Amino acid sequence: MPMAEFPYKDLIHRCFRCGYCKFPSNWMDVNNCPPYARFRMETYSCGGRLWLTRAWLNAQLEWTEHLAEILYSCTTCRNCEIKCPLRFNVDIVNMVVAARSEMVEAGRLPSAVKSFLENVELHGNPYGASRAKRDVWAAGQGIEHYNGQEYLLYAGCTGSYDTRAQKSTIELAQILRKAGISFGILGTDENCDGNEVLKLGEEGLFEALAEENTALFKKLGIQRIITLSPHAFNAFKNHYPQYGGNFTVFHYTQILSDLIKSKILKPDKKNNVRVSYHDPCFLGRWNNEYETPREILKGIPGIELVEMEKNRDSALCCGGGAGNFQIDLLGGSKDSPSRRRVREAAATGADILAVACPKCLIMLEDAVKSEELEGSLKAMDIAEVLAEACRTESI
Amino acid sequence: MDSTLQSLIDIVDQIHVSNRQEELFIYSFDLGTAEPRRPDYVVSPDSAEQVQKILRLANRKKIPVVPLGGGLSLAGLAVPLHGGIIIDLKRMDRIIEVNEKARYAVLECGVSQAQLTSYLERHHPHLTHSEPGAPPAATIAGNLMIHGQGDLAQPYGFNSDLVNGLEVVLPTGEICRFGSCAIGSGWFTNHPLPDMNIFLGWYGITGIITKLSIRLFPAKRLRGTGQFVVDNEELVPEILFKLTHTQMAEDIIAYSRAIPPFSDGLQHFTVNIAADSEKELEWKQEIIWDDTLGDYIRNGDGAYLGFTAGLERPQISKTSDYKKGGGFEYVGSIMPVEKYPECYRTGREISERHNIPYTVTGRCIGAAHSMMFAWTYAFNRADPDTIRHAREALHETDDIVMKLGGVIWKPGIYGQKLILERLDPVTRELMKKIRNLLDPNGIMNPGNWEVNDANG
Repeated sequence: MPMAEFPYKDLIHRCFRCGYCKFPSNWMDVNNCPPYARFRMETYSCGGRLWLTRAWLNAQLEWTEHLAEILYSCTTCRNCEIKCPLRFNVDIVNMVVAARSEMVEAGRLPSAVKSFLENVELHGNPYGASRAKRDVWAAGQGIEHYNGQEYLLYAGCTGSYDTRAQKSTIELAQILRKAGISFGILGTDENCDGNEVLKLGEEGLFEALAEENTALFKKLGIQRIITLSPHAFNAFKNHYPQYGGNFTVFHYTQILSDLIKSKILKPDKKNNVRVSYHDPCFLGRWNNEYETPREILKGIPGIELVEMEKNRDSALCCGGGAGNFQIDLLGGSKDSPSRRRVREAAATGADILAVACPKCLIMLEDAVKSEELEGSLKAMDIAEVLAEACRTESI
Repeated sequence: MDSTLQSLIDIVDQIHVSNRQEELFIYSFDLGTAEPRRPDYVVSPDSAEQVQKILRLANRKKIPVVPLGGGLSLAGLAVPLHGGIIIDLKRMDRIIEVNEKARYAVLECGVSQAQLTSYLERHHPHLTHSEPGAPPAATIAGNLMIHGQGDLAQPYGFNSDLVNGLEVVLPTGEICRFGSCAIGSGWFTNHPLPDMNIFLGWYGITGIITKLSIRLFPAKRLRGTGQFVVDNEELVPEILFKLTHTQMAEDIIAYSRAIPPFSDGLQHFTVNIAADSEKELEWKQEIIWDDTLGDYIRNGDGAYLGFTAGLERPQISKTSDYKKGGGFEYVGSIMPVEKYPECYRTGREISERHNIPYTVTGRCIGAAHSMMFAWTYAFNRADPDTIRHAREALHETDDIVMKLGGVIWKPGIYGQKLILERLDPVTRELMKKIRNLLDPNGIMNPGNWEVNDANG
């Protein structure tokens, strides 16, 4: 694509590369851009990506695998957009995604990205797992297939296939059952929500997924959706309306919080622990939902909520966004964002690092192991933390 | 594999060394108007020992070396004019010590201004440092290397006056320390040993600073900014002189700019005031606004625009968007305060001639001993014509600085040439001797401060 056709041709040169985008709000370090934190080369900073993109579109640079990896290492966490003082900041991630779209169009992708997209297209999930196994997690759990219930519980790819994330999916489903929530799942009919596909620049595949899912949801009469993953929450809430998918979408923490407030759920089991909460990017920075997950944790007796220095819109991304939980362009180092993040959590003295995202869960649990913190810090989904606190209560 | 590349990887690691087109492209640019020049390698070391090994390698192979901090000088000072190795020092960003009682901090060279500001706010709220108006990613060492000034310049002077000690890797690879740290007595003073202050202002030619100790100062509990405005630039020098006489301000800046249009032609003052109590703050404000500037208000020459509690962090990057184009550069100068009116008028005239919204700023250094006066020119990175205009305006301004009797601050190649042509010949020869002595192979940031036949 020549620059003249680039949708952000009037914006992309406006990045000055001043570097605000690298910082959290309190300026404590320059490591709040995940790729920059991992590699510490200017090419991997937000400004570096934009300048490289512009050079590539202006034919000053050839496409290389390295160039593509730099662009795809962005997790679309939006720290840059929130910290950039200039007016075009709202389109920074859009510019990166648009450049990726051009790479998709040209068929020039890092192999891991190519596999990710192929797997979603072929199997409906990025892991390449069989569609027939999508409901394995629900076997024997007494969870109904969607059949006109009030809510669809959308487990998502990670919540359905990843063995660690499955545990949090099960805990969530069982809490909802205990609370008497009317919900069903799609089981093997469930398909990828496409959030990562869109952020990876494959607009065509996303469009197909959005249209297919929307058609299925409408056919089944689904109006209200609970998502395990903030990524699916973001796709359904913010992108599906463009494809006629106007559903009422909840992240599961919003439902659980209401259940606690209305005393339907009574987390009575007291367990004196220090808990630090990690804000998922697609719940926090993308959807401005920072307090509801904290309210759940504060509502559990015995929990002392301790904040990491980087929290809310300054939380360091786990490094899993925009498919990086699978394509893994940021892993393999003590400087990987997930390892940095668990060190930040450990510094609070927390016993539990609570998350509200299956991707964050698997990223951070792996990082806890890599940092050899298993004896002192445990990554848990809020659904698991709440389920544990509800074990003795009666509804 | 290229043997230099392999050697650099052996010294640092695979991740932080590159000769790939992407890194070479990004590191070829300054953020101002300087023409890009490609390095051959980019390396980001993690320790003084790694810097040492890189310099020894560069000497063996006679490869140019350019140290890089925040890369925000805007004057092209870290553009690899002769290729070679760019050493990105930002990974060396550990805050090694903050001494509360002796009020100093020992830092690695990659610590950013913002990182220290944040660290002090969180861990030593009674201490502060002189923070420049640069973006937060600017490094403290980089600021020292260009004789920067910060928001405590009025009481304490240039940031490079506030150094307590340095660790420097010399061009030939030896690691040296200067100040009390050189005799193992901590990093609390740069004096009274024989002066070997030949590292600041040299852009890395005489060595790469890897650690530094800087003075910290009391952080008052209450800080805020008062604003004052006059419509006659001729009044500015006397107002600055009177304000500095009060010794009540932390930072005094006069500025004028074309945007927003209603402020065009007005001369604004921002005066930072700090106090430990409301009573002290009120008293200081009374002295400044009523006793010192009251006559200007009563005579109708000026107006007090109010006081805002808390210090608003400067967002100088916004200047880069004046032309919706991601670029600006400025000529800074160290100038007698009395020159403010001429500086303002010439800056305005040059800007208007080049169709650039004018922005001029003067920051008091010391008790009006001098000011850093800056003329800023925005450009559109996508429009070569605006870049050309900005570059021409910058060069014209460099010439003006010399004509007005000032000294160009952090001069680029053009400004260096103007200075070297006027420099005392004996001083110029001494610069050459120092350079040749310390850097016998001429590998350090070549092209900068080059004393040669062309300049005498």
